[in-house]
Amino acid sequence: MTTALPSSPARVRPKWRSLKPTLLIGTVLLLILLLAALFPQLFTPYSPTDFDYTAILSSPNLKHPFGTDNFGRDIFSRVIFGTRIDLQIAVFTTAFPFVFGTLLGALSGFQGRWLDALVGRVADLVVVFPFLVLVIAIVAVLGPGLNNMFLAVSAVGWVSYWRLTRGEVLAQKKAEYAQAAQVLGYSPARVLLRHILPNAVTPAVVYLMTDMSLGILLGASLGYLGLGAQPPTPEWGVMVADGKNFMVTAWWIGTFPGLALTLAGVTFSLIGDGLADALRPKS
Amino acid sequence: MTSNVSAGRTGNPTSRVEENVQNSSATPQTAPLLSVRDLKVQIPTPGGTLEAVRGVNFDLNPGEVLGLVGESGSGKSVTLRALLKLHRAPIRVSGEVYYGGENLLTLPENRLRSVRGGQISMIFQEPMTALNPVLTVGQQILENLLEHKHLRGKAALERASELLDLTGIPSPRARLNDYPHQFSGGMRQRAMIAIALASEPKLLLADEPTTALDVTIQDQILRLLLRLRDTLSMSVILVTHDLGVVAQACDRVAVMYGGRLMETAGVNALFGGPRHAYTVGLLSSLPDVGAHRQPLRPIPGGPPDLRNLPAGCAFAPRCTYVTGACLGVEPPLQSVEPGHDSACIHHDQLGQLNSSHLPSSTLPSSALEGPL
Repeated sequence: MTTALPSSPARVRPKWRSLKPTLLIGTVLLLILLLAALFPQLFTPYSPTDFDYTAILSSPNLKHPFGTDNFGRDIFSRVIFGTRIDLQIAVFTTAFPFVFGTLLGALSGFQGRWLDALVGRVADLVVVFPFLVLVIAIVAVLGPGLNNMFLAVSAVGWVSYWRLTRGEVLAQKKAEYAQAAQVLGYSPARVLLRHILPNAVTPAVVYLMTDMSLGILLGASLGYLGLGAQPPTPEWGVMVADGKNFMVTAWWIGTFPGLALTLAGVTFSLIGDGLADALRPKS
Repeated sequence: MTSNVSAGRTGNPTSRVEENVQNSSATPQTAPLLSVRDLKVQIPTPGGTLEAVRGVNFDLNPGEVLGLVGESGSGKSVTLRALLKLHRAPIRVSGEVYYGGENLLTLPENRLRSVRGGQISMIFQEPMTALNPVLTVGQQILENLLEHKHLRGKAALERASELLDLTGIPSPRARLNDYPHQFSGGMRQRAMIAIALASEPKLLLADEPTTALDVTIQDQILRLLLRLRDTLSMSVILVTHDLGVVAQACDRVAVMYGGRLMETAGVNALFGGPRHAYTVGLLSSLPDVGAHRQPLRPIPGGPPDLRNLPAGCAFAPRCTYVTGACLGVEPPLQSVEPGHDSACIHHDQLGQLNSSHLPSSTLPSSALEGPL
């Protein structure tokens, strides 16, 4: 049903030129990040975890453009290989909260009554704690590591999506097209999923992009605190933590992963901004 | 029809809707398509229970266009929505709405869904917001065809394009792929009608379908509705506050005030000889295009507070012809002529007024009985 109808004249497809510059730049940056995450070998000949005792703490040079750390590991390859880890963090810290929070928000906004009341109280319970404190507490209980971090963030992060989608569904279900769908005899599930949700999901999608950059920063923060990725995993936050001891003598160890973090954050923010513009209903 | 009604309450409930629908289309024109009995809608509010609809009764014949008119807040739209049981708790709906021998208000939700859209469709006031902005017009028509006609693929596409063509949208095949925002206001209303009619309903509920449109488009849409009524032999309930629309489009009129029907009559009888003081007031408050310009004659006062209605006739506090008899008991809607019902105590005097060809509004109220 959702596919384009046959025998239609050529669809007016948005040309890349008509995209907002923010969305365009963000997409290009994301493609570069994805390329680095999928094929890190293309960018660098070194392994991210191999020690090279002949080149310890060497400053950036032609052989090692970002220098090496105290074990002689090539910072550039660690940054490149770290892309995969940190993009994973971005996806895994947001995928479950987005899907679960959005669906639950749609349901409680649409159904209301006891479901809304129940989920609302649970959400209150989650948000009374500061976000980071709660995540750290859960990780501390479960034990450090990437998987436990994903669990902790998922347990807390869905609330934002729930709230955004619930509010939007509450507004949209009063819209005449939603009533019209009900009048046409469609089932409540169809009215919600096919008619209301596509009109209500935009804020959640835009927030997803912001949340991805927050997720990377969160992953890095937890890595920095030793609760996320564990050494020798080339995760940017862990690398910044490693570099802090050498900040005065070897600035490159912590600086380049930090710049990579910034770049990833900017990428998702640009896409988020661009999407917010592009998805804003035009009339 | 009455035997159908009782049969609908007992026995095996499955497939009765379809059976009775066929029965009703086979029965002669006198059997009503829709019978509404003592319909009441109560809306609990912090300031007390709001009696939005207070015992509405009417019959709708097959192929008939019934106009439901009244001021804002008189309960027109609430009545219309109650017919399809669209109100949700805490709003209370009671009474009986017989369609095809069954009381829609007691049908379980899943069977009601086959009536909604399938047998009775509805179009809305705001064509700007009543179409789903993220689905193409074609997708929205196809969805209804799939749901109620079980049409899919090429046949459905063919039918969808036919429907757009039927509602007068040029190059329908290409416009199927357009989104609602690519349509103008009038075209959106046509598209909405096309969606509503995809299931070939027997009854179309139209909630102020032309209010948001300019006069030329309004005229086109009304003509379209009347033409479709003829080609598809369906009935229409047209809710409006525009008496011009009623005069142009309706066979019969029901005038609503304070949640009750005040007068029902054929359109000529109502405009030619209103038998309820409220209708008289409504008609005389209309500007007359041809006549010498003079101040309008509004009905004094405002609509009644539905949480705190006066005893007796709801219109009495604003009525020019009010007497002591109006204030005691609420006068029932009763037949004053064949096919003409009025809930006004003074319907006789009003009838004499009309027959003497005096403009009712210029007549001193003492011509009836002295105001209190």
